[in-house]
Amino acid sequence: MINKDSDNLVVVDGLTFSHGERLIYDNISLSIPRGKITAILGPSGIGKTTLLRLIGGQLEPDCGHIWFDGNDVPQLSRKELFQLRTRMSMLFQSGALFTELDVFDNVAFPVREHTRLPESVIQTLVMMKLEQVGLRGAHHLMPSELSGGMARRVALARATVLDPELIMYDEPFTGQDPISMGVLVSLIRSVNETLGSTSVIVSHDVHEVLSIADYVYVMADKRIIAQGSPEQLKQDQSEQIVQFLQGKPDGPVPFHYPASALDEQLRGLAGK
Amino acid sequence: MIAHALQQIGRRTFDVLATMGFAVLTYMKVVFGFSRLSVFLPLLVRQMYVVGVQSLLIILVSGLFIGMVIALQGYQVLVSYGAEGSLGPMVALSLLRELGPVVTALLFAGRAGSALTAEIGLMKATEQIASLEMMAIDPLRRVIAPRFWAGLICMPMLATIFTLVAIYGGKLVGVDWLGLDTGTYWSLMQAAVEWKQDIGSMLIKSVVFANVVTWIAVFRGYHAVPTSAGISKATTETVVQASLMVLGLDFVLTALMFG
Amino acid sequence: MDRKKQLQQRRIEIAVGLFVVLAIVSIAILSVKVATWGITGGQSTYTVYARFDNIGGLKERAPIKIGGVVIGRVASITLESQYYTPVVELRINSMYDEIAETSSASILTSGLLGEQYVGITPGFVIEDIAMLKDGDYINDTKPALVLEDMIGQFLYNQSDD
Repeated sequence: MINKDSDNLVVVDGLTFSHGERLIYDNISLSIPRGKITAILGPSGIGKTTLLRLIGGQLEPDCGHIWFDGNDVPQLSRKELFQLRTRMSMLFQSGALFTELDVFDNVAFPVREHTRLPESVIQTLVMMKLEQVGLRGAHHLMPSELSGGMARRVALARATVLDPELIMYDEPFTGQDPISMGVLVSLIRSVNETLGSTSVIVSHDVHEVLSIADYVYVMADKRIIAQGSPEQLKQDQSEQIVQFLQGKPDGPVPFHYPASALDEQLRGLAGK
Repeated sequence: MIAHALQQIGRRTFDVLATMGFAVLTYMKVVFGFSRLSVFLPLLVRQMYVVGVQSLLIILVSGLFIGMVIALQGYQVLVSYGAEGSLGPMVALSLLRELGPVVTALLFAGRAGSALTAEIGLMKATEQIASLEMMAIDPLRRVIAPRFWAGLICMPMLATIFTLVAIYGGKLVGVDWLGLDTGTYWSLMQAAVEWKQDIGSMLIKSVVFANVVTWIAVFRGYHAVPTSAGISKATTETVVQASLMVLGLDFVLTALMFG
Repeated sequence: MDRKKQLQQRRIEIAVGLFVVLAIVSIAILSVKVATWGITGGQSTYTVYARFDNIGGLKERAPIKIGGVVIGRVASITLESQYYTPVVELRINSMYDEIAETSSASILTSGLLGEQYVGITPGFVIEDIAMLKDGDYINDTKPALVLEDMIGQFLYNQSDD
């Protein structure tokens, strides 16, 4: 069967999804290889985050399949879905730390919910994870006392505390200063190597993504317009890719929001 | 034509039933859904602190003043019939049957209900709810259930405290200020108030109101549009809808119990 | 570090505990000081009946008094099926179990506009007179005074002269 693909952890097959009236994905297919960092690049506002939510089963597609290690996510019952979700984790754009818990309890939260480990083991586990992201000394701080970059690192520690098979990063670099961006890039890579997990990064920060991804999909206009390794993409000469990778203001993705011609509108105003 | 109309009715009925079924299922899940008591209890205690203990001050102060005002107004009317001895029963009955549960519910909606909506709405806006879902933890159980139970438990307790404080507020004005006899105040009150009917109705009403107000508060938050405008709208709606529901239901309950 | 968290948790638990105690004390005070438990405050009672020609404005739960002391409450008011005379069910505190059969019951009004109650005037006690027991009837009763009737009577007497 096509679904049991030993090389790919996640396979998206013929996925169509619309949000209300608006079509977001038009029959896209992609696969995410095990143990690698896969990036999904694209301009903002095209619903890249939505793709992660579809993989996590928080949204249901109109049609198509999403295979996670042989399970078709949209077909699962709520119970099976929750079972499956213990094998994946997601790093949200805002970090999504629980505001009423301090850093230590935030990281310990999934462990306490899903296991019955003794407190001393939890203590060791959480401190190791915090050490990995360099925030062991901040374990007693509340989320409101953290900077954006630190919050994201804590969220990363929390997302990896149960050693998930799949880690999904939702815009991990957005709104970060260059230093924390560098820190996050190296952290994502080191987490991927030490845990041997599969990573999916959704982002529009071209340079950071191209520096760590093993394989990249470029999305625009409801479809995947290009894919390949970072080197292959840099060679790509198609107009859309060049515009996106080099950040040109106008091109196939227009600068102007669709409107009637300017002179027509001005004449219309003058006529009134 | 007729077939079409019938089909419309059928579809509507089906929709309504489906919505109701979903609501009942959600309710069951929230009320009975907690799996481990050792996890649930600390969460409940924490929420009881937020919802109950932190509402205590406003309940005490309003109770005192409402009791004092009823006694003052009631005395003016009763004294003109020479019936000021009935002040005790008047204060106690109006508080136990109506004002205690109703005013508590309204204050609770304003103080705790709006805070619950805003808190849950913000948890949604900051992706904490989605993040729980992705951790394979049901937010209905983790976030909604303890808050709902806390409201359910705390409101009858607050209504009881409110009523008692108000009755003492009435005594303060009636006896200590206007010079009514202490014995008359308490004994006529005792003669008029019956446990099953009056204190019972206070408890029944406040349990019903607790259900309604807390339910509206948590679900306005849970279904809030996760933007600042959406959350402020949800908070307002909580207070408005909960207050209207309380006043409407109060009439229905009074009609059922005393009508 | 854990100490701070524990202290905070303890503070919350103590506050919630106090809150619960406060609520329990409140309901206890309400029950004891403000309300009577059921019809006679939960104490044991016995029931006697009294037929009246007219009960006036007597209500269920109205007090029963001897010399102004409340000894029980009216449990129910029904019409006897045969002659349509009102029968009042009087539930009297078992503490007052030495009321002679010869006692009389009347329906009185406290003050000019006050509530109506059942007043019992204890009868004489001689050797062969028994005390009222559960299920007995009080035979000597006086009906409620109805103001309209009295005024009517007064006017009738006036026109006689």
